[in-house]
Amino acid sequence: MDKPFAITLDIGTSLANHTGSWRTQRPVYIHRLPPCNDACPAGENVQGWLQRAEEGDYEGAWRVLVRDNPMPGVHGRVCYHPCENACNRGQIDTTVGIHAVERFLGDEALKKGWVTEPAPETGKRIAIIGAGPSGLSAAWHLRLMGHEVVIFEAGPMAGGMMRFGIPKYRLPRDILDGEIKRITGLGVDIRLNEKIENIEKLLKSDGYNAVFVAIGAHLARRTEIPARDAGRILDAVSVLEDVEAGAPPPLLGRRVIVYGGGNTALDTARTAKRLGAKEALIVYRRNREQMPAHEFEMEEALEEGVMVKWLSTIKEIDHDTFKIEKMQLDEKGWPQPTGEFEEIEADTLILALGQVTDSGFLQKLDGVEFDRNGVVKVDERMMTGYRGVFAGGDMVPAERTVTNATGHGKQAARHINAYVNGETWQPGERHELAGFEYINKWYYTDAPHSVQGVLDMARRQSSFHEVVQGLDETNALYEARRCLSCGNCFECDNCYGMCPDNAVKKLGPSKGFAFDYDFCKGCGLCATECPCGAIRMEPEPE
Amino acid sequence: MTQRVRFYQTGTFTIGNRLLDPEKRTVQATQERSNSLTSGHRACQGCGEALGARYAVDAAMRACGDNLVCVNATGCLEVFSTPYPESSWQVPWIHSLFGNAPAVASGVAAALRARGKSATRVIAQGGDGGTVDIGFGCLSGMFERNDDVLYICYDNEAYMNTGVQRSSRTPPGARTATTQAVGEHPGNSFNQGKNPALIAMAHEIPYVATASVADLHDLEDKITRAMSISGARYVHIHVPCPLGWGAQPCETIKLARLAVETGLFPLYEAVDGEIVKATPIRSQRPVAEYLGPQRRLAHVMKDEEALAAIQAMADRNIRRFNLLKTDAEA
Amino acid sequence: MLKQIEGSRAVAEAVALARPQVISAYPITPQTHIVEDLSAIVKRGGLGACEFVNVESEFAALSCVIGASAAGARAYTATASQGLLFMAEAVYNASGMGFPIVMTVGNRAIGAPINIWNDHSDSMSMADSGWIQLHAETNQEAVDLHIIAFRLAEQLSVPVMVCMDGFILTHAYERVDIHTQAQVDAYLPPFEPVQMLDPDEPVTMGAMVGPEAFMEVRYLSHHKQLQALEVIPQLVDEFRAQFGRSSGAMVAPYRTDNAQTVVVALGSVNGTIKDVVDDMRAQGACIGSVKIGAFRPFPLAQIREALAGASRVIVVEKDLALGLGGIVASNVRMALRGLPTPVYTIIAGLGGRPIPKASLHKAFDGAMRDEIEDPLFLDLDHKVIDRELARMKEKRRSGPIAENILREMGLVGHKLG
Repeated sequence: MDKPFAITLDIGTSLANHTGSWRTQRPVYIHRLPPCNDACPAGENVQGWLQRAEEGDYEGAWRVLVRDNPMPGVHGRVCYHPCENACNRGQIDTTVGIHAVERFLGDEALKKGWVTEPAPETGKRIAIIGAGPSGLSAAWHLRLMGHEVVIFEAGPMAGGMMRFGIPKYRLPRDILDGEIKRITGLGVDIRLNEKIENIEKLLKSDGYNAVFVAIGAHLARRTEIPARDAGRILDAVSVLEDVEAGAPPPLLGRRVIVYGGGNTALDTARTAKRLGAKEALIVYRRNREQMPAHEFEMEEALEEGVMVKWLSTIKEIDHDTFKIEKMQLDEKGWPQPTGEFEEIEADTLILALGQVTDSGFLQKLDGVEFDRNGVVKVDERMMTGYRGVFAGGDMVPAERTVTNATGHGKQAARHINAYVNGETWQPGERHELAGFEYINKWYYTDAPHSVQGVLDMARRQSSFHEVVQGLDETNALYEARRCLSCGNCFECDNCYGMCPDNAVKKLGPSKGFAFDYDFCKGCGLCATECPCGAIRMEPEPE
Repeated sequence: MTQRVRFYQTGTFTIGNRLLDPEKRTVQATQERSNSLTSGHRACQGCGEALGARYAVDAAMRACGDNLVCVNATGCLEVFSTPYPESSWQVPWIHSLFGNAPAVASGVAAALRARGKSATRVIAQGGDGGTVDIGFGCLSGMFERNDDVLYICYDNEAYMNTGVQRSSRTPPGARTATTQAVGEHPGNSFNQGKNPALIAMAHEIPYVATASVADLHDLEDKITRAMSISGARYVHIHVPCPLGWGAQPCETIKLARLAVETGLFPLYEAVDGEIVKATPIRSQRPVAEYLGPQRRLAHVMKDEEALAAIQAMADRNIRRFNLLKTDAEA
Repeated sequence: MLKQIEGSRAVAEAVALARPQVISAYPITPQTHIVEDLSAIVKRGGLGACEFVNVESEFAALSCVIGASAAGARAYTATASQGLLFMAEAVYNASGMGFPIVMTVGNRAIGAPINIWNDHSDSMSMADSGWIQLHAETNQEAVDLHIIAFRLAEQLSVPVMVCMDGFILTHAYERVDIHTQAQVDAYLPPFEPVQMLDPDEPVTMGAMVGPEAFMEVRYLSHHKQLQALEVIPQLVDEFRAQFGRSSGAMVAPYRTDNAQTVVVALGSVNGTIKDVVDDMRAQGACIGSVKIGAFRPFPLAQIREALAGASRVIVVEKDLALGLGGIVASNVRMALRGLPTPVYTIIAGLGGRPIPKASLHKAFDGAMRDEIEDPLFLDLDHKVIDRELARMKEKRRSGPIAENILREMGLVGHKLG
């Protein structure tokens, strides 16, 4: 074409005009820490696996998940999901049902038989004492790193408190067994009924490079109650253990009092109902707001007919008569006796006042120190005072939950791995928290929380079938897609689409975007309209 | 209990959504988009018109298989995109005058028909001044003849290119260089101005729509629909101007969204002169939320009477176009 | 083929023979018959796929053909007077962008006062717009010029205005030779635009050009006009060879041999002038005339050559540069710059005022004695002027001039009271 001078131009020639020189501030892509990831005691990349699940890539999601936690089937059921308490979506409608998706992924993995492969053998040997969540978790991670792992378990079955502390109706055993089997399938050797008394020997003569002690806390804490003629007084841990071990059900009678306010108290009360007690009454010295048990478990227990006496202590026991003193909270929120009493009748008292750890055997090791109640002191590397001996789970100072123990197992594995390689593991720097203020909530459709199906009341009160049902695939997908992806790009294309200067390059699926600073004028539209706070405006370097 | 999956939770209102079927994603989300208006143009930071033009022309390009000719009125869009020796356009494009883009487009369409090239589609575009004021005679003529042209107006509510003077699209109360915020009734007069989409509908042309840069899915749907129809079509797109409105460049989309959510800029489409669909407001906002961030309207915020009058305009739109549909109606 | 035909209709047929692809027009007297006939030809299918676009204004009409030309079509429009002014912005645009549009101007006066009759004020107002401006003396020439105009426009990528006097030519019936399609096709090849809006080869047309290149762009437009000075004679020669008729000469002398006095004019008045020249030659006067066929580009050299032997020049023109005088005369003086030849201006025929032979004869006689006002307003009623000037002097707010004059002349006085 014979173009007239100046009046007619070649197309696209403005690319020679680099408008980036106008800029006084520039956008940068950043990662902020999602509140769910931040809150997860097991250090799961919750957002990472939700993102895969959103795409229907459940296996991919599972693989991201088990990088941090080998037992999603268990955790999807029993974890108290602090992730959901932190979830930003709760400020829009309701939180994402992370646990339900996790459970779905765990169950899918068992159904489909997904497995993962360990790294090449390193020749290092690690001994783990205790096959509870912490020990199993450490074993999984260490084995994946290529180490030889042997778990010594004093009891007859692996699982620890997951098996002996949590009733079947909350955690069906095929799930637990399936996930343990996957760990042993990696080549982890679990030696049951083998109680270790001499740790030094493991290190010095049995050829282990490091030991991880994770024996948990399973001794019931007692309390002194004046009793003239005590009737049946049991402890919660034993009741739950007996039920699990298949021992003949204890004779609880018509009315059972459970003393305590933790999750074990609720588990015990609910188990008592299932074992035939007509009434299960929890006596707790504080009020509902202060009880350590989780609200949803309390709800489920109440729905099943468990009763509670708040602000009450058991003062005296006379055969089957219990003298209860009413308490009231002082200004500091502590319960104080009021001198008001009442008497109630019951056939059995079950104490659920917490557990202590049986750490006596560690006392033989030089340098190992203890807190009160036998809790073992560890350093920031989770190592005890004895070199090469690490400890975690319920036996070290921490909140005693399965998830926390699992997280300890992962952390310990990292430290042990570094230790056997003569290194020190340093956690990566944590990103700034992706708080709700970074969320541009316009872009998220209002979508309420899926409701997990529940078995009908009659059935669940009389059996140990699982109470809370899982999500089907449609629901799981729906739930996963409620994730806001706080603080991390989820490729919504807003920056790419909304740049008036075409100064955002789309790099392709899962490759994200890049700013073209030749043309970016620094208007900041991309950062304002980023739904999840993954772009920050920074002053232009001089 | 299984719930019906109604929405994709992420991406429904965003430009793209990796979870959507590719054919349901926006043109802007694709790497293959035409970038009809490419980088290096001299629009101000955060320019709504530059964005709206790329949205609209890219959508039109996809709709016609890149077989498109574009006519442009004088104005910001023309000036910032084609200063010699650089053009930001990547489509066949012509600028003639301020007030004649519809007529030039009619001529282009006639020529293409006469030359047996009617597969090539024609769009014309201009700002609110070029379209609603100086070009309105030509626009009306193009409508009346039902020429095969899609006319797109980018409405930023004043003559921005010449330094922010009032146009017939300048909202009541707004300060411009020729409606200063002085005197007893500061800013632009109330009860003036015109509504080109409704006037277009009065021509009973096959398709008329209003759209906003804040709702790309809606905008692209409308351009695509317009491109599927022959004859005269009109799409009026609301494009905030950070400079002229006295707003932050990063708030262009936010302001456009508030204009929609307050009811001040209703989104609807009409076929053969009858409204067939209005886009419901998702979360209704008071007009003050829209006016507040704009310096051109700051004085209105202090004038209860003026504020109430503007709120009444929004309320009237909501009533008139039925913008607060219930879920069932939507 | 010879036809007894109205000038407008003859031009319509000529335009149709040029096979335009898009015609767009808005009606204005005296252009209407041209576009009416073309609309009928298009409607009948006589022009194949040609589109006739009825627009809402002259501004739209020219804009529409600008778009059509940009999209690769041979495009045509016609207008006059106020219409030409209303499209003024587009007139400059078409030439600035180099679109080879052909437009007929049925020359007519410009208001106020509104007046539908012939003079050259309209085309003169656009003389410097960058369009080539050809003026027809007769309807035959008008027909021929349109064929030449398309060829010229497309060869140089420049728009061409063919001017023909309103009513005097547009509405006059006379014998005109209408070409055959084969003849025209042989002379005028199909339109091959140098630039076009084409999705296969996109370009940006109509850029904003700043001080760094605007002068050059303007110079190049001027250069096209200078090129036309060479191209027009070639096309005229080719036309003569093809059609056996001489039409379209930029400068056409008439009996200028040994002429001491030469009269210069544009358009149809040349016929009257030639009659007067014949009469005066018969009476022994050494007088001749020169018709200017192309007002833009203005053929300075040819005019200087044609007037080289004259000892005086009289320009008869149907326009008035208010506050200056003759427009054509000014141009002619430029052609004669450096020479002592006096150039007299006769302003004649404004608003359709008849130009009788007798008046011209008398004026030429005066000029030949070098006893002539300059400019001379031919047949101006000095009594009316004097009375009106006197009245205006008396009373500042004396009312509308045109109305007062009509009242003075008793033409509408009884109606206006």
